[in-house]
Amino acid sequence: MTLVRSTLTGILSMVLCSGTGSGASADINLPKYPRGQGEACVEPSEVMRRDHYEYLMHHRQVSVHLGVRTKRHSLVGCVNCHVAREEDGNYLPVNAPGQFCQSCHEYTAVKMDCFGCHAAVPDTLVRQ
Amino acid sequence: MAKDLPQDSQRRRLLARTAAGGAILALAPGVKLAELALARDEDDPASTQVRWGLLVDVSRCADGCDACVSACNEEHALQTTGRPRTDPQWIRKADLVDETTGHTLSMPLMCQHCEDPPCVDVCPTGASFRRADGMVLVDKHTCIGCRYCMLACPFKARSFVHEEISGQRSYSPRGKGTVESCTFCVHRVDQDRAPACVERCTELGHGALIFGDLNDPDSEVSDRRGSAPSTELRPDLTLNTGVRYSGV
Repeated sequence: MTLVRSTLTGILSMVLCSGTGSGASADINLPKYPRGQGEACVEPSEVMRRDHYEYLMHHRQVSVHLGVRTKRHSLVGCVNCHVAREEDGNYLPVNAPGQFCQSCHEYTAVKMDCFGCHAAVPDTLVRQ
Repeated sequence: MAKDLPQDSQRRRLLARTAAGGAILALAPGVKLAELALARDEDDPASTQVRWGLLVDVSRCADGCDACVSACNEEHALQTTGRPRTDPQWIRKADLVDETTGHTLSMPLMCQHCEDPPCVDVCPTGASFRRADGMVLVDKHTCIGCRYCMLACPFKARSFVHEEISGQRSYSPRGKGTVESCTFCVHRVDQDRAPACVERCTELGHGALIFGDLNDPDSEVSDRRGSAPSTELRPDLTLNTGVRYSGV
């Protein structure tokens, strides 16, 4: 099972890393998504593509149960960095079609349920 | 992937901080120690050295005031569905009347953050849990929505989310099919801020809600608990609740 998973994610990573110009993937509609802010992700992009859920799962355990409040692998941090805005300045939820999370999850046919509970846009109207 | 927890370093930091807190106590006895001694680094887990608690001074709780309820609703984006019977409620105001004398009391009821919480006892998945510092919480990732905890809670403090919701706050995830209740505003407390209800009650000058560390003898909540009679709700159950009521 692990081998199958590794192979699949390996193929996916190769496809995603190979870019649109190469012959092998020219006829494949690769997911397109908005760039995150800043120079780089909290981990190398290849690692995040394969293992972001491992980081999120680990962080959820230590934050919910132990009260560890580091920001590095926090889902809120992911949303704040990867969310895009419409022309009128309103945020587009990261799980909306074509947005950062949804574009790849649609491509890989993996349903995510994070945003049934978690906010898919940064806080805007919070009373300080 | 490395999954080591920062527990080894925690002990050393705690010792260092205790020493620092002692120095501050010696230098400035008037300073509120609760805020200084309890500040922990964001990579430190919650500690059993602390037990968060709340004292409700019912004599100062204004009749007809529901500021704590609205503060809670705003903080956690609790919105009505238009069907109030199934709307989640984290705090509710109870008005009591002594039928013999006509004397009335008004008080807020919420999760009592028991030391021995029945909701945790009955939870089949471990979703209902008590954090090291005494907060009774629901891990909604593992909650299956069975609602045993709602039946077990003697205070009817928990709510079930019946419908899909939107507009959640980033710090307060909530969703359909899970049980929820007062978290003592754990996201604020972890940043050394008071819960939203306490902050609002204080802002309005009522001062009916006093929050702090029950294990710190110098905290205001410990001081007030020690200087006037107070009771927990359903003392017969010996749950040792984190919330106590005075002036009842």
